[in-house]
Amino acid sequence: MSGRVLVGVKRVIDYAVKIRVKPDNSGIVTDGVKHSMNPFCEIAIEEAVKLKEKKLIKEVVAVSCGPQQSQETIRTALAMGADRGIHVEVTGKDYEALGPLQVSKIMAALAKKEDAQLIILGKQAIDDDCNQTGQMTAALLDWPQGTFASEVALEGDKVKVVREIDGGLETIKINTPAVVTADLRLNTPRYATLPNIMKAKKKKIANMKPADLGVDLTSRLEVLRVDEPPQRQAGVKVETVEDLVGKLKEAGTI
Amino acid sequence: MAALRPLSRIGRLASGICRNHRLICDTRRRGVASCVDPAHGLTDEQKEFQKVAFDFAANEMAPHMAEWDEKEMFPVETMRKAAQLGFGGIYVQPDVGGSGLSRLDTSVIFEALSTGCVSTTAYISIHNMCAWMIDTFGNTEQRERFCPDLCSMEKFASYCLTEPGSGSDAASLLTTAQLKGDHYILNGSKAFISGGGDTDVYVVMCRTGGKGPKGISCLVVEKGTPGLSFGKKEKKVGWNSQPTRAVILEDCAVPVTNRLGEEGQGFNIAMKGLNGGRINIASCSLGAAHACVQLARDHLLVRKQFGETLSNNQFLQFKLAEMATKLVASRLIVREAATALQENRSDASSLCAMAKLFATDECFNC
Repeated sequence: MSGRVLVGVKRVIDYAVKIRVKPDNSGIVTDGVKHSMNPFCEIAIEEAVKLKEKKLIKEVVAVSCGPQQSQETIRTALAMGADRGIHVEVTGKDYEALGPLQVSKIMAALAKKEDAQLIILGKQAIDDDCNQTGQMTAALLDWPQGTFASEVALEGDKVKVVREIDGGLETIKINTPAVVTADLRLNTPRYATLPNIMKAKKKKIANMKPADLGVDLTSRLEVLRVDEPPQRQAGVKVETVEDLVGKLKEAGTI
Repeated sequence: MAALRPLSRIGRLASGICRNHRLICDTRRRGVASCVDPAHGLTDEQKEFQKVAFDFAANEMAPHMAEWDEKEMFPVETMRKAAQLGFGGIYVQPDVGGSGLSRLDTSVIFEALSTGCVSTTAYISIHNMCAWMIDTFGNTEQRERFCPDLCSMEKFASYCLTEPGSGSDAASLLTTAQLKGDHYILNGSKAFISGGGDTDVYVVMCRTGGKGPKGISCLVVEKGTPGLSFGKKEKKVGWNSQPTRAVILEDCAVPVTNRLGEEGQGFNIAMKGLNGGRINIASCSLGAAHACVQLARDHLLVRKQFGETLSNNQFLQFKLAEMATKLVASRLIVREAATALQENRSDASSLCAMAKLFATDECFNC
């Protein structure tokens, strides 16, 4: 086994920022807005670095797809302990249309190129909440997947994954190479230390284009319109239970 | 008409801060109004340092700040966590455990940490100053003996210059250090020492020679040395997360091997330490002002009186714009002073003093 883990890290609008819709409803305002690494991707990097510290894997490679600024996100991953980075450059209209299908094609191509033993991704990104990239990547590679992981244990050439599902916790054992997606309780990401931030400057980030990987970025989706959620309407106070029932009947809800 | 122009400029600035209101965070001080963003003009690496410091401040300090102040707790564990990230000896050299960063990097970091708790960050900056003094003026043996523990905050440090009889006139200090064999015998007292009594390593300026600055030397006194004792903890209004006590020296014997630099060099060492100390404390003011400006802005957007949010009140818009201007102006002089000190420019000392004066006053008015 190569001992190499690929971790996808996505640059998203910071979670604490209040989002604003563009006046023409074509999307969200991103210019001048604070961006940072998707929180679930932070958890994914932390897990990979932990595996390396336990000497269960040899190398952590952080991958990000996007414009020049995605390199900042890769640098953060390097400061947390990733060994090197790969920046797949996607800009302009291609970047606006970049979705799980395109990213999973890129991840699959990279996994083959880098002979990855494991791919760890965040379960979803906080901007589009798709929760698809991990699953699609596994499908494209025909690899097993352990999604919504709250615990990951490498055991020889298998991975034991405890998954958080609606019914509770499900434990599965899958063969490597595999795809794992990180859920909230998998770990608590570390702070980068000052020495590590400085060491990260010396770590390499390779640049490439999707065409270099033979990936076609054409989107099958077209965003028609982006709207804010409807404003909460004021309610109506009623005096008696009869009034309440009457109002509900009027609204057609009973 | 002429009088209206500056007013309209202030109005536009205010609306610039408030316009982005929907891009701004709840109370977590993360999303920033772009004109006061402290990340402007920084390198990518400095932005990373800043990010870690902001995250640490928000997650590890801010939630406990009120409790530390109320219960007068010296947050040893939290400071040690900060030291693990490299905040214990930010501008101390790496060979003895420091992070080896520049004065500007340091200012950026303290400014960010301060948004979590000013009082604790101020103490951390004093600790850093002492560690640097030993790193820079100590010999190899002293550096190896003291610096690693200070950088990891296994041990904490205090800076002892001020005395009951000498504050502004520091060079007239009276604490004596008489050479007897291979020890100095120290007699005297220091006042208002931050961390005093709870810290382990005391960098003490004392008189080994004649009057004036040239008679002063710098000695490192360790807690537990017979003759070293402390006054009662001072009752303060605020800044309660670091204890302040008098440091009393009565026939306290300190080995000659604890002297930093040469006899008579002490005042020089003290002043050089204070240059950085001034930048650091000014940076703490910046962080506090930054947090205040954000809180003020958030409040203006939420609070309604007379049928509208306060953000529509012109006077308050002007006030917010003025606060923002003071903050940015202060930040500029502090960062310039940091750069000057790093480059050893001839105007470094005066710039550091000006930066401290300007920033603490202006930010207080925020």
